[in-house]
Amino acid sequence: MKILVCITHVPDTTSKIQFSDNNTKFDKSGVQFIIGPYDDYALARAVELKEQLGASLTVLNVGEVETEPTLRKALAIGADDAIRVNTFPKDSLFVAQQIAAIAKQNNYDLILMGRESIDFNGGMVHGMVGEMLGMPSVSPVMKLEIEGNTVKMAREIEGGKEYLEAKLPLVAGCQEPIAEWKIPNMRGIMSARTKPLQVVDPLEESNASEVISYQLPPAKGAVKLVDKDNVEELVRLLKNEAKVL
Amino acid sequence: MSVLVYIEHADGSVKKTSLEAVSYAKALSEKTSEGEIVAVALGSISSDELAKAGSAGASKVIHVNDDKLSSGIIQAHAEAVAQVYKQLGAKTLILSKSSLGDAVAARLAIKLDAALISNVVDLPDTGSGYKIKRSIYTGKAFAETVVNKEHKILAVKKNAVDLKSDGADAVIETVVLELSADNFATSITSTDKTTGDILLPEADIVVSGGRGMKGPENWGLIEGLAKELGAATGCSKPVSDIGWRPHHEHVGQTGVKVAPSLYVAVGISGAIQHLAGVNSSKCIVVINKDAEAPFFKAADYGIVGDAFEVLPKLTEAVKALK
Ligand SMILES: Cc1cc2nc3c(=O)[nH]c(=O)nc-3n(C[C@H](O)[C@H](O)[C@H](O)COP(=O)(O)OP(=O)(O)OC[C@H]3O[C@@H](n4cnc5c(N)ncnc54)[C@H](O)[C@@H]3O)c2cc1C
Repeated sequence: MKILVCITHVPDTTSKIQFSDNNTKFDKSGVQFIIGPYDDYALARAVELKEQLGASLTVLNVGEVETEPTLRKALAIGADDAIRVNTFPKDSLFVAQQIAAIAKQNNYDLILMGRESIDFNGGMVHGMVGEMLGMPSVSPVMKLEIEGNTVKMAREIEGGKEYLEAKLPLVAGCQEPIAEWKIPNMRGIMSARTKPLQVVDPLEESNASEVISYQLPPAKGAVKLVDKDNVEELVRLLKNEAKVL
Repeated sequence: MSVLVYIEHADGSVKKTSLEAVSYAKALSEKTSEGEIVAVALGSISSDELAKAGSAGASKVIHVNDDKLSSGIIQAHAEAVAQVYKQLGAKTLILSKSSLGDAVAARLAIKLDAALISNVVDLPDTGSGYKIKRSIYTGKAFAETVVNKEHKILAVKKNAVDLKSDGADAVIETVVLELSADNFATSITSTDKTTGDILLPEADIVVSGGRGMKGPENWGLIEGLAKELGAATGCSKPVSDIGWRPHHEHVGQTGVKVAPSLYVAVGISGAIQHLAGVNSSKCIVVINKDAEAPFFKAADYGIVGDAFEVLPKLTEAVKALK
């Protein structure tokens, strides 16, 4: 059994989002980068499956050299080896093409990733990879068990969840509570330094879309406080001023 | 020519967010002259209900009335929509962001060799080229994106355009498609879903509770206010982590992203990860006993006070409004 987990390298959830170069570049100054939180759930579940089934676990990132510490962290959490496709992850389609190419060479049984990245929030790479490989794709998956060749999953839908079954191979976009995030321990961190990290060249660039500028939302005005003993005033403001009631 | 809209239905009704997608397509076509708006609906649903997509701007609804499509099997839905799109000769597919919509759109992008743009918040600028504004960094920023492909799929965020309701009923055309067995490689064995409640991603008003509510036994206060407001209920992440509330109510960075007209947050501190899920709300009201709670900085209106005192009074005041 071979498992692939695709991870993103994204700004920490507490980062202040800013842009530079006349709003054409993301401003990385002071920003800490992490494994995408949803990818981190996928990775945590993959580590559990690896232990349970004796599977091999590879992590993959499409990104430039600066993402290697993030890949090393995934190795410290429990992946056996890492692959970095050496290119800027331009858009979802481009990233999906790179992942599908690696997957075709290596015949993974299970490909996991987060339901979406927290930078561009596209939520489409898993579906694209599934379609390119002719495999089922399921997202957002909140529970995933493997019994023989069968994958049993719960998928979140509006107002609840649905339970599904499919056969391997399969692609899944994951979210909580599929597993608890794992924090690397000292032994993991030490061994991660010597685990293999392979750098490969990208396939040709697709040019489906391209970001030309960024924008921040308008700043919020000051809050209007209403006295706790005068809640009728709040209702009046919501009705007459904000016009939302 | 025509623009195709993939519409979803639940509990026998077309989803409101899908009707918004129809209105988006209508406004788009008025701008780009892409012709009539055709919606596609899959699985069992009544024709009368489908005709209502007309009021939002569709002139025709293609109904693939195949019971195998009544549940949302991702691959099968993608294949069915692809066939309809190709038969129609459309160049643009519109859908509303949702659990199923996102998953289906991704596969369609490959099937149709289309550029897929998600979280679209406005109509495209087609002055020179095709530029479109989408929300990124979980609502903390926007990206102006140039689309270079002939075929386009736009996954529209809630409130991108106003819902229209002045159109005439749509014509229903029932079609039968050949869908091979491999499209049904995943099977849905059961569903566990609340019925009758207003769904969080669709709601115009949301009342959310955080750890400040102290325990699940106090949720009657949140539900009471929600009921008076016709609102859906939500919660912060720790609240669903501890199991006070179901996971599908968890709002924020790692949960549901909402965009209601009114978001009422009770006993939620306003951590940046929670705010990421609510920053597209039109108006935010915060009730918190701590005047220093960071949520007040993101709020339009606030009450500094104990939720257990304020909520019953507020519920009464809303009731008195009617
Ligand atoms: C990667 C990552 C992702 C995350 N994703 C999310 C997410 O998607 N959604 C999310 O919500 N969180 C998320 N979090 C967690 C987030 O950082 C906060 O821990 C969480 O939002 C806090 O929840 P809370 O406001 O309910 O609880 P607390 O922070 O404990 O706040 C409770 C609030 O209740 C108030 N209070 C207490 N008693 C009363 C009373 N009687 N009346 C009125 N007010 C009262 C307090 O003053 C306080 O402000 C994430 C964290 C990380 C690291």
